[in-house]
Amino acid sequence: MTPDAYTWTRFTPAERLRRFTVYLCMVLAVGVSFKAVNVIPEFLYDAPAQMQDLLVRMWPIEWRFYFTPQNTGAQTVHQALMDSLAIAFLATALGLLLATPVGFLAARNINRIVWLNALARFILVATRSISTLLWALFFVAMFGPGALAGTCAIAFHSIGFIGKMLSEALEESSPGTTEALLASGAPWSSRILYGYWPQVQPAFVGIALFRWDINVRESAVLGLVGAGGIGMVLNSAIDVFEWDRVALVLLVILLVVMLAEVVATQLRKRLI
Amino acid sequence: MTPAATGRAPAHVRPFSMGTTERWIWLILLVIFAWAASRIDLTWARFVLGLDGAAKFVHRMLPPIFNPREELVKGLWESVQIALLASAAGLVLSLPVGLLAARNMMPGWVTWPTRLFITLCRTFHPVIVAIVFVKAVGFGALAGILSLTVASIGFLGKLFAEAIEEISMKQIEAVRATGAGFANVIAFAVAPQVMFRFIGFTAYEVDSNLRNSTMVGIVGAGGIGGTLFAAFQRFDYDFVLGIVLCIIVLIMVGEVAQIAVKKVFRQ
Amino acid sequence: MSAQLQLRGLVKEYVPGKPVLRGIDLGFGGAALTAIIGPSGTGKSTLIRCINRLVEPTHGEVLLDGTDLVTLHGDALRQARSRIGMVFQEYNLVERLTVMENLLTGVLGRTPAWKAWLRRFEPADVDRAWQTLGTVGLQDFVNARADSLSGGQRQRVGISRAVMQDPMVLLADEPTSSLDPKTSVEIMDLLRNVGRERGIPVIVNMHDVELAKRFADRIVGMSGGHVVYDGVAAGLSDEVLRTIYGGASWLE
Repeated sequence: MTPDAYTWTRFTPAERLRRFTVYLCMVLAVGVSFKAVNVIPEFLYDAPAQMQDLLVRMWPIEWRFYFTPQNTGAQTVHQALMDSLAIAFLATALGLLLATPVGFLAARNINRIVWLNALARFILVATRSISTLLWALFFVAMFGPGALAGTCAIAFHSIGFIGKMLSEALEESSPGTTEALLASGAPWSSRILYGYWPQVQPAFVGIALFRWDINVRESAVLGLVGAGGIGMVLNSAIDVFEWDRVALVLLVILLVVMLAEVVATQLRKRLI
Repeated sequence: MTPAATGRAPAHVRPFSMGTTERWIWLILLVIFAWAASRIDLTWARFVLGLDGAAKFVHRMLPPIFNPREELVKGLWESVQIALLASAAGLVLSLPVGLLAARNMMPGWVTWPTRLFITLCRTFHPVIVAIVFVKAVGFGALAGILSLTVASIGFLGKLFAEAIEEISMKQIEAVRATGAGFANVIAFAVAPQVMFRFIGFTAYEVDSNLRNSTMVGIVGAGGIGGTLFAAFQRFDYDFVLGIVLCIIVLIMVGEVAQIAVKKVFRQ
Repeated sequence: MSAQLQLRGLVKEYVPGKPVLRGIDLGFGGAALTAIIGPSGTGKSTLIRCINRLVEPTHGEVLLDGTDLVTLHGDALRQARSRIGMVFQEYNLVERLTVMENLLTGVLGRTPAWKAWLRRFEPADVDRAWQTLGTVGLQDFVNARADSLSGGQRQRVGISRAVMQDPMVLLADEPTSSLDPKTSVEIMDLLRNVGRERGIPVIVNMHDVELAKRFADRIVGMSGGHVVYDGVAAGLSDEVLRTIYGGASWLE
């Protein structure tokens, strides 16, 4: 008795249909967007000339601007840079502090209370959906312009990311250790502290470094809405079309961000 | 079995005590913290004033309104488009870029400049890049798309390169041994190994672009950010809250779509 | 000090209508080591975990010195659990902490939460932990991280941790299943000695019949959710084993 011929296909018909549908939707979405986007052709043709013009104005970079304020009362690039770094550090610390309880509450294996878990997850989605600049707008309206608003803005925006990564690390931790603590009659706070916390500590350090690296980048733009840091110097320079000063600021940002990334990578290697 | 040992625990046994390195790290962190705190001018009075301001602020935001409806929908729609197009362009461009940056696939003189390029794309905040593009191509969505594409290349390019560098060379050798050309090696040895991770990275990047697309409007690069900023400056705080709620819902929808798409591709 | 552990009519249904434990009646007391044997899926692990309520019994009573553990909640349940020591197949240690720190987690059931948060443990407990490590021969490893130890060493830490609770009963869920034969013998020896020295019942869940016969004072054979044998090791004839495990081929 010969068996029926068997053709090998990688996916079942149902799977193929689903994959095709997804592909189709994606292509459609992109296509629709493409047509709908408003592209003014004149601007597009002008672009290379504009870019060239910009680059010419940016070069040579005036290094002396580093320690000279644009006008009296304004900050020098150096001062603003230090502010940005301070903001990044404090905001990361504050973000970690605020995000840790929310992260624990969002972990489904630790927090079995469904509504509380859902609330925690909502807080995490909401805080990261609201971009840093938007948070900055809020806090500037509340605290007035300056570094305080900037710190709170980055901190609150970070809560979503830190909390999500933390809750994921918690959900992946092995339940055995905590089971043993439960069996020996330890109260829930001790179970969390001795059962879950030691397991997620390496992840926590990694998350902290990762977030600090990103926050250094974020701190550079806060000044655009008045929330302190090097963005303010950038903004003032753009306003008066001092492109060589702009170039200096951009270069400084580039160097600092690259340096921060190197530091973060090195620390991560040594501490984890 | 030995009889029970008696006596006190010796001095070198100190459970839960901090090592010297740990103490130093905490000390350094504390010093940095003190320095940073002194710079940001936080006084109790300011904080209290801030809370008062916050209360007034929240009061003016509630209840949220969603009008002018047209502006809102147009802005949201534009943000979605920016995100989609930037992700598509970013994905298409990052595939070759990531490949060129992979040190196990390409010689040094190719990977080095490529990696530099990727780093440059990543270093600047999308908003800063948007300012430059606004100057180059004018206000509007195009600037937003271009700046987020640059950001996507920076993000995806790095992750793609890392994923490719982590694959097993044995599979590549096996396919090469059959006499396959370069393109086939990529298609049958490299791609299957990294496909699933790529999908994950891309999904995250779409989410990231969706978030960023709500921001670049503040500097004129299109999207709901512009609408929001304008409302803010008009003190229409209730409209601001309405917009924010819509953005949150948009991101949540994006996440759900992400999970669904990942499921379909998890063969 | 010894305790009386009594299981009465213990029933457990994970899926309603399909009981895994079909009414278990057992009594434990004195300084004896009881081995529970039986094929996989017959409810050995469920039985052990019903005793300290890691698994909730559907019906029945678990009486420890007269108190029904099934009725306890909250602090009372925690207190009861702190007097029941448990040893696990996968050791369930805190990997990143040292051996000494792991032993101290054994007294968390009696440590007020705020003290535990500040990591303040009684010096008397630290001394006691040191002495316990002496009896299991791990004093040289006192500051070693738990994940740097071998399987046998980790299980000794697990047993020591349970001993730190000063338990009235010691439970062991397949304590030797992850260990090589020689180490398994050492661990069973240790469990038996701990029970005898402290005068407490030790209940061990295991699948190695030869090991059980060698170290157990009493053997309980389970099959299909019932107790089908309860007696001394000598009474484990081939016929009895067949009733427990079914199928003759593995006895050859």
